Amino acid sequence: MADDFIYELSSPGRVGVALPDSDVPETPIPADTLRPELPLPELSEVDVVRHYVRLSTKNYGVDTGFYPLGSCTMKYNPKINEQTARLPGFTNIHPLQDPVTVQGAMQLLYEMQDMLAEISGLDAVTLQPSAGAQGEFTGVLIMRKAQIARGQGHRDKILIPDSAHGTNPASTAMSGLHVVEIASDADGNVDIEQLKAHLDDTVVGLMITNPSTLGLFDQNIVEVCRLVHEAGGLVYGDGANLNAIMGIVRPGDLGIDVMHFNLHKTFSTPHGGGGPGSGPVGVVAELAPFLPAPVVGLSAEGEYEWVWPAQSIGRVRSFHGNFGVIVRAYTYIRMHGAVGLRRVSEDAVLNANYMQARLLELGDYPVPHGDRYCMHEFVAQGKIAGAEGIHTLDIAKRLIDFDYHPPTIYFPLIVPEALMIEPTETESKETLDGFIAALTQIADEARSDPELLHTAPHHAPTRRLDEVRAARQPILAKTSA
Amino acid sequence: MRFTPNTEVDRRAMMKTIGIQDIDELFHDIPAEHRYPDLQLPPPLTEMEVAREMQEMAGDNAQLGVFASFLGAGAYHHFVPAVVDMVISRSEFYTAYTPYQPEISQGTLQAIFEYQSMVAALTGMEIANASQYDGATAVAEAAIMALNVLRMKRNKIVVSPSVNPMYRQVLRTYAQGMDLQIVGDDRQENDFHALLDLCDDNTAVVIVQNPDFWGQLHSGAEMQDLAEAVHAHGALLTVATDPIALALFHAPGEYGADIVTAEGQSLGNSLNFGGPYLGMFAFRAKLVRKSSGRLVGQTIDLDGKQGFVLTLSTREQHIRRAKATSNICSNQSLNALAAGVYMAALGKQGMRKVAELCWHKAHYAADRLQALEGYELLSDRPFFKEFVLRCPRPVAEINQYLLEEYGIIGGYDLSTDYDTLDNAMLLCVTEMNTREEIDDLVDALATFHQYINTEEVVS
Repeated sequence: MADDFIYELSSPGRVGVALPDSDVPETPIPADTLRPELPLPELSEVDVVRHYVRLSTKNYGVDTGFYPLGSCTMKYNPKINEQTARLPGFTNIHPLQDPVTVQGAMQLLYEMQDMLAEISGLDAVTLQPSAGAQGEFTGVLIMRKAQIARGQGHRDKILIPDSAHGTNPASTAMSGLHVVEIASDADGNVDIEQLKAHLDDTVVGLMITNPSTLGLFDQNIVEVCRLVHEAGGLVYGDGANLNAIMGIVRPGDLGIDVMHFNLHKTFSTPHGGGGPGSGPVGVVAELAPFLPAPVVGLSAEGEYEWVWPAQSIGRVRSFHGNFGVIVRAYTYIRMHGAVGLRRVSEDAVLNANYMQARLLELGDYPVPHGDRYCMHEFVAQGKIAGAEGIHTLDIAKRLIDFDYHPPTIYFPLIVPEALMIEPTETESKETLDGFIAALTQIADEARSDPELLHTAPHHAPTRRLDEVRAARQPILAKTSA
Repeated sequence: MRFTPNTEVDRRAMMKTIGIQDIDELFHDIPAEHRYPDLQLPPPLTEMEVAREMQEMAGDNAQLGVFASFLGAGAYHHFVPAVVDMVISRSEFYTAYTPYQPEISQGTLQAIFEYQSMVAALTGMEIANASQYDGATAVAEAAIMALNVLRMKRNKIVVSPSVNPMYRQVLRTYAQGMDLQIVGDDRQENDFHALLDLCDDNTAVVIVQNPDFWGQLHSGAEMQDLAEAVHAHGALLTVATDPIALALFHAPGEYGADIVTAEGQSLGNSLNFGGPYLGMFAFRAKLVRKSSGRLVGQTIDLDGKQGFVLTLSTREQHIRRAKATSNICSNQSLNALAAGVYMAALGKQGMRKVAELCWHKAHYAADRLQALEGYELLSDRPFFKEFVLRCPRPVAEINQYLLEEYGIIGGYDLSTDYDTLDNAMLLCVTEMNTREEIDDLVDALATFHQYINTEEVVS
């Protein structure tokens, strides 16, 4: 076991937090209900602090350095967000309090619903979903229920382009619907002929990520939406890539009926090492009655209140969503306004195109759709000419030695050896240039000293880890050395 | 602009490299008629201004600590030691993504592995995952997992009426597209025997809560009998529980549960108006390949040194897509980190002490309240930190009186969820409630009773 495993630091009798003695008469606890032992560690406060601070130094975050992880929008997380989210008037309120005692929090939620509706061009928003994947599930359930309400309950298919995130088909399957995968055309758009071939009266709708995971804006999007609508279907827009188009175009104006927002991507809330996220969902007016309950309304008397949409799909989690995350995203939107959000998307797209242009210039890393301007991200390939034994994984691991977080690798699945690069707008030209310089050097190393890449990283807290062993003989918990 | 560092000089240089004159050229794939909408948003604020405005909004809320509160019902006011916020404020933790690159994510990975280990220990189970969204979705995921374990050959779910109503609502939301029967919770009286009567060879899982939504504790022996009977039907037993209660009472692993879920908020996470929280999720080792959610496992690196990675991901959506065990893609990593720090800092003794304080204070409050004229304790079993009090008037009316006259946030109105529980208040007492607060509540409720009696005499 690692020498600093929490149970190894334990010593009987230590305690990190002292609690007061009972100030009420004690009531005996029936002996037959008590557990015989409680195998938790025993540490002093200083042990706990040093342990976790030591662990933190083995982590790489946006605050450590450049994190061009495609499809994840690893932008800088403004520090003011952390302060506003920690205001005691927000952290110390119970979700079941009488609405008259939490009008400030409900005002924030109400305004957030409104601002997201405005940014997306949709009519109504729920803030309840916990993350993007849960937002998708919520959206698909809404589409399904809306089709039932239209008398179209026999429809049971969702069309999904092959470039989609895995959560799209998984969310569809959880909703009891069937997935039909449709191919992308040579330009990376949805293949219109394929789409037409699948559009019949069994289709609930289409899920589309636009800009796509290839980083391309679908040039046929209006036509795609029109065709789906004509066939009686609904269009779901995966909002994972909203960072490219804020103030540039509104999904609702293009014909999208329902979409989720990733507050942890587009609206700068920290990823937390894998969560918490927040995945609000916006819909057109026809779908508003199906939103998860409750949403926040404003009464004629000017009081914020909980409202249960008439044909709600139900609740998708406890309470009102990840409020603490929503406070951060609200802070971010209020600091930017319309002008600031447009600037965010412009610079996100500018930065990505600059990196794409630099890589095309370099020539070592193929960019399959390099003939088009990309949006906020693009997909290159780890196929370096003259270094055939080198794979994307090797390049990614070698980037760690240059103190960068690697891009997303092997996604989207339709591009072999994919290296998906998303710089975000919060990075300066110098940072982007530094990263390109590292990729240049790595391409040279790949040809001159491939072993250096195969065995990378060399300067990380650990070397390459054996993932096969972890899966074959799973060790998922330990309470002793 | 504040968070976009490139200057006009930088931007022009970049445009030159790209080969464009104007940034608009990058957006020509977007239909011109829809480009550059005039967004109606409030004007931008500086940091100073936004801080002031948010302070005002936060100030419009009645916060616990200033107001005494007896509200629980799934979200709990427990003490959060300073060390928790200190650790989760380390930006190496909070600004990292999911640990897909393990060589530079050992901090998150080891912390989550330790969280999994401590949750397994607390629940008495062999495996715990890296966490789910919250206590409610954990129950829904447990149900889906049970269906997967039984290969979708059974489609009946039996659920106790004393499972948190929100958990049951979420379960039904998740199940609406699946061909499932969810039974058992339509009658508030349905006890374990009634639930077992509903079990048959089509039953995949029985879901109960202990301590239940009304605060009642079922003994290890009772739970063991239930587990054996459920297993005799070939079904799985899922137990939703409270992690603070587990510091004192028999663990579900000891009495035969197959899947254990819990709202983990009580472990070092503030109330935050309902989220973010975390769903604790533990299970028997043999079920691991049908489980949902992230798992961190131990392995070695090229030098043979111990390290940690995300593992068994062939269950997950990014590999299996439509055939995945769940669509879940994130865990509540930072909340799980907070829970891990909490368990480590309080440790064996501290966690027990918190649980004991809850027990003593809740019992003190219950004893005093049931002695009052007009009030009756409805719990006929042992309880932990919550109990049900039958009141002389509707709970909404009493709560309004408590708030306006005494500045007390009263308990949860059970008539919201149960037709048969008119005038029944679910009160929660934790280590955060002082004796003085409890005595004030007793005085307030006594006075309320006198007040309504006077009112009735007058009218």
